[in-house]
Amino acid sequence: MATGDVALGNAGVAAAQPAPGTNDDVSGASRKPVINDFSIQVATVNGSGSQSANNVLLRAIFGMGIPVSGKNLFPSNIAGLPTWYTIRASKHGYIARKKEIDILVAMNAETAKDDILSLPAGAVAIYEDSLDLKQYRNDVVCYPIPFDKLTATVCPEAKLRKLVKNMVYVGVLAKLISLDMKAVETALRRQFAKKQKASDLNWAAVEAGYHYASESLTKHDPFVLERMHATDGKIIIDGNAAAALGAMFAGVTVVTWYPITPSSSLVEQLIDYLKKYRVEPDGKATFAVVQAEDELAAIGMVLGAGWAGARSMTATSGPGISLMAEFAGLGYFAELPGVIFDIQRVGPSTGLPTRTAQADLLSIAYLSHGDTKHVMLLPGSVKECFEFAQAAFDLTEQLQTPVFVLSDLDLGMNNWMSEPFEYPEKPLNRGKVLSAEDLTRMNGFARYKDVDGDAIPYRTLPGTDHPQASYFTRGSGHNEKALYTERPDDYQNLMERLNRKFETARMLVPKPVIVQTGKSKIGLIAFGTSDFAIMESRDQLKKEYGVEVDYLRVRAFPFTSDVHDFVASHDHVYIVEQNRDGQMLSLLKLDLPAEDAVKLRSVRHFNGLPIDARSVTDALVLQEEI
Amino acid sequence: MATSTVTKPNPKVNRLGLQVLDYRGGKTTLCAGCGHNAISERIIDALYEMGVQPERVMKLSGIGCSSKSPAYFLSRAHSFNSVHGRMPSVATGALLGNKTMKALGVSGDGDTASIGVGQFVHLMRRNLPLIYIIEDNGVYGLTKGQFSATADLGSKLKTGVINDLPAIDTCTLAIQLGATFVGRSFSGDKKQLLAMLKAAIAHEGTVMLDVISPCVTFNDHEGSTKSYKYMQEHEDAISEVGFVPHFEDIAIDYDPGSTYDVTMHDGSHLRLRKLHENYNPTDRVTAVKALMEAHERGEVLTGVFYVDTAKPSFTQLLNLVDEPLALLPQERTRPSKQILQEIMAKLQ
Repeated sequence: MATGDVALGNAGVAAAQPAPGTNDDVSGASRKPVINDFSIQVATVNGSGSQSANNVLLRAIFGMGIPVSGKNLFPSNIAGLPTWYTIRASKHGYIARKKEIDILVAMNAETAKDDILSLPAGAVAIYEDSLDLKQYRNDVVCYPIPFDKLTATVCPEAKLRKLVKNMVYVGVLAKLISLDMKAVETALRRQFAKKQKASDLNWAAVEAGYHYASESLTKHDPFVLERMHATDGKIIIDGNAAAALGAMFAGVTVVTWYPITPSSSLVEQLIDYLKKYRVEPDGKATFAVVQAEDELAAIGMVLGAGWAGARSMTATSGPGISLMAEFAGLGYFAELPGVIFDIQRVGPSTGLPTRTAQADLLSIAYLSHGDTKHVMLLPGSVKECFEFAQAAFDLTEQLQTPVFVLSDLDLGMNNWMSEPFEYPEKPLNRGKVLSAEDLTRMNGFARYKDVDGDAIPYRTLPGTDHPQASYFTRGSGHNEKALYTERPDDYQNLMERLNRKFETARMLVPKPVIVQTGKSKIGLIAFGTSDFAIMESRDQLKKEYGVEVDYLRVRAFPFTSDVHDFVASHDHVYIVEQNRDGQMLSLLKLDLPAEDAVKLRSVRHFNGLPIDARSVTDALVLQEEI
Repeated sequence: MATSTVTKPNPKVNRLGLQVLDYRGGKTTLCAGCGHNAISERIIDALYEMGVQPERVMKLSGIGCSSKSPAYFLSRAHSFNSVHGRMPSVATGALLGNKTMKALGVSGDGDTASIGVGQFVHLMRRNLPLIYIIEDNGVYGLTKGQFSATADLGSKLKTGVINDLPAIDTCTLAIQLGATFVGRSFSGDKKQLLAMLKAAIAHEGTVMLDVISPCVTFNDHEGSTKSYKYMQEHEDAISEVGFVPHFEDIAIDYDPGSTYDVTMHDGSHLRLRKLHENYNPTDRVTAVKALMEAHERGEVLTGVFYVDTAKPSFTQLLNLVDEPLALLPQERTRPSKQILQEIMAKLQ
């Protein structure tokens, strides 16, 4: 491509043409077994209870010690629309989305035809036998199953059958791919821990599927699981729960929110944790949670609480960020702390609000009126959701400015395997706050004076018992003593100090993670959830093309000097991101010297699905002309 | 003594030993004669007379002429001039951060009834312990005299433009939505406003005071229903407001037949002498009816319309620890290592 840019907007869901071939081509006899390295996609209808079945599958594979990941592709709807859940088992530990589906479980009659047509040749399809999907593909291994009949035998109550039916496919799969039934039962009992009756009923459904498959199916496909020990000691958690835990261990005290997918579960899980672990013996809470009337109020409360000295936060997504713009500007100018989690998703609320994206980067970096810029943290794993939540609270109080943590739907709402989180050993950093004693010693203070040369001023909290403690908080018009002013020099001094403070931030934010070979002239820069796809793509490039590429994962804005050095030391640097406009590319171009900015190239993935390694590899091969 | 020594008279002090001077603020930059300045004076008097420690107060405001006024009183208190119409959220956050503070919010009619009406109604619902004062002049002053949403139907601008939309009655709204102390006063009525402000300080819960405060520059002419003249001719007090602070002798007689005596949270007494038939400040329905009837008559009803001292405030409802959340030490806000390990074990 002449521009050197490749956009991958339509990658991922295009229906593959059935490959020519016969049934013999796909029979198991002629194919080598594929062990612990395939993907399963379950196509269902939302509201049918398939989430429980899919969790059991995920947990069972995890229980067999095999690295696994699960991704929910769901509609903005309560019940009745198509939903897909993708599980990937990978002995190599790849947990990004796999572009190709190896095993399809087609439980949704409405999408079944499209679902089977989208499979690559040699894949497997499991479906209700009345759907007769075999007619569409002769290059796919088909296992028609009498799901309804099997369900009826274990579940006399007709109204429960819709829910129980999903467990039948768990049993069928267990037999077909050698999923350990012990691991399945452990996962299932865990899932229904508090509901014995449901637990038994669902287990009966699993067994019915398993027995049917044992008696009636002959395996014609190569996909099997074998026990490993790669998940020992690991945990499974979603990014929103991880961020909630991070906030709790950061000592958050004021939480405000307005429900919006995909951020709601962050606050909901935080509320559960806080109720459990932050209520004192007398029943009183060391936290306040407010469901606000909208996102404008949510951030207003956060900044009010931050001003009063509390550790405060809110969580939202793109449209909420838009509404918070005005307050974000005031927070920047008046130098107020507060943490804002943005669980990014596709833009407006109608259409694809339940699909993932990394597309709020530019809007947050410069959110609001006038000259503003904001500190952003970019976690790339559930562990970093936990750690950066804590870092965000320290940074916001240290820097006295709002700090944004940008996760995304893929990270926030999907289950991820991780090392257990480590307890924070460092004490909380509450920033520069003066006490009444300090004020007596210093004979007063100037709220916006740069005393230490790092451009961060000192503040006092309301209620400080000293006649010189108070100051007046307002937007742009204040001098060092927080007195009203419209003088040109006062305003310019303020703006220059805020700029210097941003330079201080550059040194305090998390540094990038760099994987460097020392030989490669090609670099990759990515952030957030793209990490998993990049790691896998690097392996693909090495294995398939013999090309080694260096990799830098940005973890914060403003960029640290390491990012400059990385670009300077490579000929081409590909910025990989999950948005259309190359938002990270734009931020980097603004930050880098001109001679380095021209080295940047762009790989963009923006179809609402999580990015996958193959798409990155293909784009890079094309642009690099490998 | 026949000496020539000049003895300085001891300055008058309140129960904390502070002078009125200790409650003053910066020099006002509002127009001479602006109702807002009179309200600032009454706020100073009320805080001084009630003996409120200035450092224990937070002042919050939105945007507009009214919202500038916190700079003109109580310099020794922290103050936050926030965003147009969004002061309620900032006040909510600040009070959650430190519930031990006395919070005073100053807003205007544009700030409250138009851009901020969403936050206003939710503030009233929550019964946040905030004294919310609307300095109500029916026009946008800082942008030079456009109608606000509290301007009465038929009221006339200086330019001759007639308001053709009905006014939002902030008091009716506040009563309906759950505020627990609702009243209206007039910046020119020193005695009533001072008594209401003192009672407001004694109250625990949302106090909503709509204070008609004429704009001498843009809305004080013939044909305006928010002018000094109109108020002088149409003010109709529902009751005579008396207040006995908790630290003063309350052995002053009153007639229980004609006067409501309300015991406030701090033990002070609000005494409301009926001037209207069927007046009952603890009944929302009569309060709203009285307001609507007065409006029909073209009169501006003032006084305390509604008081409820039983409903828990928002900070009580949340069952927070006694200390300010902002000041809790790490030992009380970061759970132990053992708890993290316990959580991790469950996720394995």
